[in-house]
Amino acid sequence: MSRETVVNLILAVLLLAVPLLANAVGQPFYITLATRIAILALAATGLNLALGLGGLVSFGHAAFFGIGGYAAGILATHGFSGDPLIFGLSGTNLMPVIWLVAAVTAGLAGLAIGAISLRTSGVYFIMITLAFAQMVYYFAVSWPAYGGEDGLSILVRNQFPGVNSMRPLSFFLICYVVLLVSIGLFALIRASRFGSALQAARQNPVRVATVGIRPFRIRLTAFAISAMMTGLAGALFADLNRFVSPSMLSWHMSGELIVLIILGGTGRLFGPLAGAALYVIIEYALGGITERWQFFLGLILLGVVLFARGGLLGFVTGKARHG
Amino acid sequence: MVEPVLEITNLVKSFGALRATDGVTLDLRPGEIHALIGPNGAGKSTLIHQICGTVRQDSGTIHFAGQDIGSLGVAERAQRGLGRTFQVSSLAHEFSALRNVMLAVQARQGSSFRFFKPALLDRSLTDPAMAVLDRVGLAERARIPAYELSHGERRQLEIAIALALGSKAFLLDEPMAGMGPDGSKTLTGFLDRLRQEAPILLVEHDMDAVFALADRISVLVYGRIIATGGVEDIRRDPAVRSAYLGDHD
Ligand SMILES: Nc1ncnc2c1ncn2[C@@H]1O[C@H](COP(=O)(O)OP(=O)(O)OP(=O)(O)O)[C@@H](O)[C@H]1O
Ligand SMILES: [Mg+2]
Repeated sequence: MSRETVVNLILAVLLLAVPLLANAVGQPFYITLATRIAILALAATGLNLALGLGGLVSFGHAAFFGIGGYAAGILATHGFSGDPLIFGLSGTNLMPVIWLVAAVTAGLAGLAIGAISLRTSGVYFIMITLAFAQMVYYFAVSWPAYGGEDGLSILVRNQFPGVNSMRPLSFFLICYVVLLVSIGLFALIRASRFGSALQAARQNPVRVATVGIRPFRIRLTAFAISAMMTGLAGALFADLNRFVSPSMLSWHMSGELIVLIILGGTGRLFGPLAGAALYVIIEYALGGITERWQFFLGLILLGVVLFARGGLLGFVTGKARHG
Repeated sequence: MVEPVLEITNLVKSFGALRATDGVTLDLRPGEIHALIGPNGAGKSTLIHQICGTVRQDSGTIHFAGQDIGSLGVAERAQRGLGRTFQVSSLAHEFSALRNVMLAVQARQGSSFRFFKPALLDRSLTDPAMAVLDRVGLAERARIPAYELSHGERRQLEIAIALALGSKAFLLDEPMAGMGPDGSKTLTGFLDRLRQEAPILLVEHDMDAVFALADRISVLVYGRIIATGGVEDIRRDPAVRSAYLGDHD
């Protein structure tokens, strides 16, 4: 087993052990903290597909996160009130259905945004993804039907068949399993033919075109899959907070996801989880002491970028290998 | 006369005031090695770039395998069988030699949209890729990342990629550059046999290799072809001698 695999296993076990322990000693707050880590890690795993594997620095993934969140909020609201949604379809409080809708909606948004953004690269790509996300943000702010600026409350957490999702530990376990499955999916994609083409397109798009593969199609597909995962995370995030608001769509959120990945280790399987854990722990530990915890986060980020380009995981396990 | 595989007519490309390609007409026939020589900055690489689509011509036509490919993208031309190597090698530098070739194999199979099967465990990718690496003498270096390969090895790897594509024509931009005398000799022998698989347009400064290999030679100077002919014609051509070969002996 490589050193990185060992570290990954430790991370996965720790993330599971903390809430179990917290549950045993009756400290539900730490379960919520762990759930937050799992969901942010999931959102960042989605982004990691585009950013880490494809080199697509999207500064607009909050759009997909928020779209997933709103999908959950809107479906739940209609499910609760009984008002039909569109085409006579009703809402629902079933998580699997909500997840599907969230992922598909975010994926479609990813296709649309990607189809335009991916015609640019570098700084232009960063700016255009940001611009699209801001458009979605302002749309949500000015859309009174679902709370506008004030956001939308989910009165009762949505249901997963056979699980009492109201229990913090149960909800954590749902998120944990979804995270692990998504990380597994990420690993499969990374090792697949598609993943090869995607990573090669990051390293050298001319090379990819020269063997007869159009980088654009590869990137667009990756961008859409990436949006789906981040959208799914958004739906879970809405259920965690039982609240959706435009802040899920704001550029701060996009930046946060990028920061998580850089902190943890770009392109690494467990980079997003390591980054999310570090981020949430810093936020919790320093946020209690000082309002300016983000200043310290900035310092850490600076340290990582200057001295540990592989992020936390790179620092602990050394250089990545590509077979 | 046999139909040429590749036929370029009146190609023109300017960079600002500089005419890098100035009305070039040239063809590549089945089974031949057509060498393109000329001083530095003559426009040889620019011509290769236009044939492959990485640079778009201002005017003129490019026909390949009977079809006008002048407005197609790089990937589409590659799919039709144009295999090239770059003067400055252009590889997926983090990938091993093997994975670089595997990318070409999967491209040839048209199967880049498979998401779940690990590529490195897929014999239908690794076997053909290893076979090609073996042909160019890189089998032992298969697992080495491209950025760790020597200059000469990267050249060989680029040729391996073009081979793996099953190219119908090879455009090689100075494949001997950076190779020692032994490497050049081996590669000369290799290219000699390769022409039976597909014709080669060979840009090369190594005159020993050119004279040993070429069926025809075209001489490019300031974006214009000043002579095309067999090895002896070119050796004797006074214009070529003064412009390029250096009029001593
Ligand atoms: N993208 C570009 N923009 C501007 N000028 C260019 C560009 N590419 C090439 N040139 C110029 O066009 C001319 C031809 O360049 P090219 O690289 O084709 O020459 P070459 O014959 O391949 O030379 P060498 O033997 O040194 O490789 C040179 O003067 C070069 O500076
Ligand atoms: Mg050149």
